[in-house]
Amino acid sequence: MSQTAKKKNVRWVEEPELGFWESTFVPAIMQGLKTTLKHVVDRKPVTQQYPEVKPELPLHYRGVHRLNRDEKDRVKCVACMMCATACPANCITIEAQAAPPEWPDRDKFPKSFVLDELRCIYCGMCEEACPVDAIELTHIYDLTGESRSDLLYDREKLLGVFDRTRNDARDPVRTRRGVLGPASEFQQLPALGPATGVPQSDRSAKAETAGVIRTTGVEGQR
Amino acid sequence: MPQLLITLITIAAVVGAIPGVCNYLILLERKLSAWMQDRVGPNRVGPMGLFQPLADGLKLLLKEEVIPSHVDRILFLIAPGISVFTALLAFAVVPFGPVGDTAAPSFIRFIIAPNIDIGLVFIFAVGSLAVYGIVLGGWASNNKYSALGALRASAQVVSYEIPLGMSVLGIALLSGTLNLEQIMQQQVAGGIMAWNIWFQPLAALMFFTASLAEANRLPFDLAECEQELVGGWHTEYSALKWALFFLGEYTHMITISFLTSILFLGGWHFPGIAEADSAYAGAWLVKLLVLVSKAFFFICVIIMLRWTIPRFRFDQLMELAWRVMIPLSLANLLMVMFCAHFGVSRWWLLPGSLMLFAAWGMISASLREAERRAKPGYVRRKATAAHGHAGHGHGAGHASGHSAAH
Repeated sequence: MSQTAKKKNVRWVEEPELGFWESTFVPAIMQGLKTTLKHVVDRKPVTQQYPEVKPELPLHYRGVHRLNRDEKDRVKCVACMMCATACPANCITIEAQAAPPEWPDRDKFPKSFVLDELRCIYCGMCEEACPVDAIELTHIYDLTGESRSDLLYDREKLLGVFDRTRNDARDPVRTRRGVLGPASEFQQLPALGPATGVPQSDRSAKAETAGVIRTTGVEGQR
Repeated sequence: MPQLLITLITIAAVVGAIPGVCNYLILLERKLSAWMQDRVGPNRVGPMGLFQPLADGLKLLLKEEVIPSHVDRILFLIAPGISVFTALLAFAVVPFGPVGDTAAPSFIRFIIAPNIDIGLVFIFAVGSLAVYGIVLGGWASNNKYSALGALRASAQVVSYEIPLGMSVLGIALLSGTLNLEQIMQQQVAGGIMAWNIWFQPLAALMFFTASLAEANRLPFDLAECEQELVGGWHTEYSALKWALFFLGEYTHMITISFLTSILFLGGWHFPGIAEADSAYAGAWLVKLLVLVSKAFFFICVIIMLRWTIPRFRFDQLMELAWRVMIPLSLANLLMVMFCAHFGVSRWWLLPGSLMLFAAWGMISASLREAERRAKPGYVRRKATAAHGHAGHGHGAGHASGHSAAH
């Protein structure tokens, strides 16, 4: 019955018939040995020797968070809770406090800002949600600690990450902060590039944003 | 020097060397495997990972020995021992250098038990006892996967024992002896044209294949295939007991590599370098090295084959033994008997072997074709090509009649 069910637009392929040489196995095995031997003699491993050779991370790599400082070295965060709300892993706990009177540009600032790096899934939603570009993800990937509480990053630690990475080319402070935050001046801001890698021919690759990853070479290799 | 002392020295040397050699064979296997797959391989311990075997050995020594509560303790503990014991015992009659070379230092003999007239028989008898280690280990583990692995191993070893033995019988007939030293000596005396591979190429191929199956090496490692049986018969084993199983397997590998070189490739003979009459200083060392490098070559081939051929299915494995190798080795043996009895030149065995090889291809190709023909809905290939699409789209009765018409 299965023969009658054959449709015309389906190409039916039968398993190739094994001929004389295939049935003796020997030529096929010799061919296989040639392939393996070729790889033994002319090997091109792509392995990176990790601790000695650090990986070249793409610019949009999402590692440990930092809390940015503004030009007066105050914490940029205005304790608006947007990141804590956006966080799908519920790893951000913010306690807000009224801003002192000498900080006229904001109402609140975070009294405590605790981010559980073990709970975080490094999705970058906090970074996207933040209206004042205070929280950003850095390239730091080798995060270690001796206890769980070691990896509960509080405000000072997160600011410390900023101090460590502020001059690192891999972690540019992505945007500047205006009076009302970047959202108010979106018309002056350059076009946003996509968060994923794009080939150089793509229109969005010409965007000026620092976060655009240009996949030169990588695609040519594969 | 008293023979007993020499024997003790040789035993100590062999038993001391084999675990170390096995350790480094594992490193070689890991390195070669890595290179074949464009990886780097172990390179952390020492220069180029050369101390990796030491680290591995230390790890296996210091690891916790888990003995599950549900096992048969005595057999569970004995099984790895049997595995290693039989593998080492089989090596006792394998000459691993120029035996009887007077230039060599007198305290080295290159064979543990010299002048054993039943050498070959002894190797096969003891070597196939190794399956007891596997069967007992698998059974004593009281685990379904282990038991299945052990069953497979026993069926496989029993099947491949036959072609293994029969492929060597031809050599025994040609040389008129089962003594490995004499077989080697005859080939050495005759020069490169006396190497048995010229007269028994098919037997060499079958011997090598069957001994891979005996040693449970890929592509015949169905007894321990990870995808189906977790670890096979050694699933429940850990630490040093597990290591002993593998020591047995690698010793087996060394033995078959030496055997293949001795039986078919002239032992320590190599034209121009190590001839029967070469007597320059250090010739015994060169001869030893020649034999060892031949064995090393086969070990490399075994490791390469591991990543070249996919594992056989169990029925294919059995088919290869019973349908192909046993009839072929029998025919090969008959051919040798014919030559020996009627005094025909043994050079006739070379074309004869090639013809047998061709027969193998033709037989298995036709067997496959017959199998295909027996399937319901068989349509002859040429006929479908000629009809093109005309064969499709008919009614049910019509289509079956169509194929029956051919």
